[in-house]
Amino acid sequence: MEHLQFEFKGSANRKGCQKTTLVGVVSSGNLEVMLENSELQGLCRINVSTSSQGFGEIWQAVLNDFAARYDLSNLQISINDGGATPAVVCLRLDQALENYLEASS
Amino acid sequence: MNIETLLSELFPLGHSVTNIDSILTGYGTTNKGEIAVLGTTDHLAVGVEAALALATSALGVIKNDPGRPILLLVDTQGQRLSLQDELLGINGYLAHLAKCLELARQREHQLICLVYAEAVSGGFLSFGMMADEIHSLPEAKVRVMNLPAMARITKLPLEQLEELSRTSPCFAPGVENFIKLGGINTIWQQPLAERLVEVIGMKLDEDQRRHNGFVRQGRKLAFTVAQRVKAG
Amino acid sequence: MSDLSGISRGHSYYEANARQRIAHLLDPGSFQEVLGPAERLTSPHLEPLGQPCSFDDGIIIGTGSLNGLQVLVASQEGGFMGGAVGEVHGAKLTGLLERAVNERPAAVLLLLESGGVRLHEANAGLIAISEVIRALLATRVAGVPVLGLIGGAYGCFGGMGIVARCCDALIINEEGRLGLSGPDVIETTMGVEEFDSSDRALVWRTLGGKHRYLLGEVQCLVEDDIDAFHTAVIKTINTVQPLSLESLEQEHSSLTRRLADYGQCQDGADIWGEMGIDDPQKLPLMDIQSFMVTVADKGQGKL
Repeated sequence: MEHLQFEFKGSANRKGCQKTTLVGVVSSGNLEVMLENSELQGLCRINVSTSSQGFGEIWQAVLNDFAARYDLSNLQISINDGGATPAVVCLRLDQALENYLEASS
Repeated sequence: MNIETLLSELFPLGHSVTNIDSILTGYGTTNKGEIAVLGTTDHLAVGVEAALALATSALGVIKNDPGRPILLLVDTQGQRLSLQDELLGINGYLAHLAKCLELARQREHQLICLVYAEAVSGGFLSFGMMADEIHSLPEAKVRVMNLPAMARITKLPLEQLEELSRTSPCFAPGVENFIKLGGINTIWQQPLAERLVEVIGMKLDEDQRRHNGFVRQGRKLAFTVAQRVKAG
Repeated sequence: MSDLSGISRGHSYYEANARQRIAHLLDPGSFQEVLGPAERLTSPHLEPLGQPCSFDDGIIIGTGSLNGLQVLVASQEGGFMGGAVGEVHGAKLTGLLERAVNERPAAVLLLLESGGVRLHEANAGLIAISEVIRALLATRVAGVPVLGLIGGAYGCFGGMGIVARCCDALIINEEGRLGLSGPDVIETTMGVEEFDSSDRALVWRTLGGKHRYLLGEVQCLVEDDIDAFHTAVIKTINTVQPLSLESLEQEHSSLTRRLADYGQCQDGADIWGEMGIDDPQKLPLMDIQSFMVTVADKGQGKL
């Protein structure tokens, strides 16, 4: 198992909801993504636990892209990964955020 | 220990337990009175007929002998693995056996289990594990699956499982591990007749196992998680 | 807490994940999860084996309403380790069943999808399933019905196959499979001549929803649609029997008769023929509606 942590400074303090959002399932080639509103001094923090070792740079690239697209802050994202491809990771992150914003509106 | 020796050591005052097709039924005499005996021997692989025979005996005790304590003697290599058993719905037969034992408990029969040889997964789950308290002989073998088979199915290296077995009671076979997890109450040392008499009449209403697992530090989460869910 | 994405064309029970099934089965918005993923009650036994854990340990539990009736619900996630039961997973289920004794909901609904004991924590998993069985039967004795729903890709096997048959009633779709030892386990241990697990038609004739219904192992056979499961729950909830000497004696004679009548049969189709069904080979191909018409008044009766 490998545990990675990424932090992004965001400006858009999207209105977080009290509810937690979780999408996806931890299975082979899939992952679960949990979003929680959290007081992180404007940061968006992403914790990844993955069964595939040595993909830190790819995670960095995928999450950089995600963070740049949405400019998030005060958000804790937690991921349990069963070896998903970057495409699946992107899809789940988008789904999770969509559900999260829906739940808070 | 073979079944004849076991029965004579448990019941020096005598017993009427018969062995038909590796199914044990009858009564034993203790100095706290008669106790009904149900069990299996010869490491029986429990199939549909055996499950039904045990259920027949359990229902018989409930009807003919209200409140009589019941001793469950366990020696099983697990459920019988066959297409025909599955075709007939063996899980339903085993569930039926479990339900009959639960009904016995509800009707104030004390259920005492002694694992005297082997206790493996399905055969154990629907029978001995339904008891109020589960005891074992020191030489008994309790398991879900042996480590090589487990390594094959989980695709984890055998060496890794063996290494972890030294620190975690969670997956390696063995009575000691089940004691730490709360799945077995105590190991019975000689003389067995005294051990049996000690527990007769000590009726427990609640499932004690997760509490024991917590106190013994082998299964630390089950107790607190279940309590939290229960409390809401 | 709903993940509604990924479902198109109606609401297939088979295709949905554990959270989606709850969301579509219960009254909209009524589900309140207990010990949800934010609690991070994960299994401590997986990390040392290099296995990823899941924030809910593969089971979602909580309260909600179905057609206005208060229910407690548990849903196993087959995608996570085949829905297998470990220490935390099992304790959530046991706690929910014990909670039902205090809260007295209209029913406890168990959305079962599991291979049984999780081998990565085998001993703890076996004991956990035993605790579930005791808690489930105690819940029934307390007068709270427990209904099982089966219809996911992983079926319901091992100790959870026993748990299923401890429920008051079971609802299954055609795709659902229920048994004790999975075909692959039997093949690996006893050889391919005993059970060829790659023969999908054989697997379904032995373990599938239609056969289980004909045997009387399940009370409702429904289309693969979450709404159909919903309707079946409402229909079943008031028909359950208390656990009593009388009901167990009835079950006993039914199981005895089944063994006497079909104990020599080698194939599901042989059993269906014995039941007096013409052209039993055609049953697997029928849709649920024509199947129900064909088998009306046949079979062993409901347990």
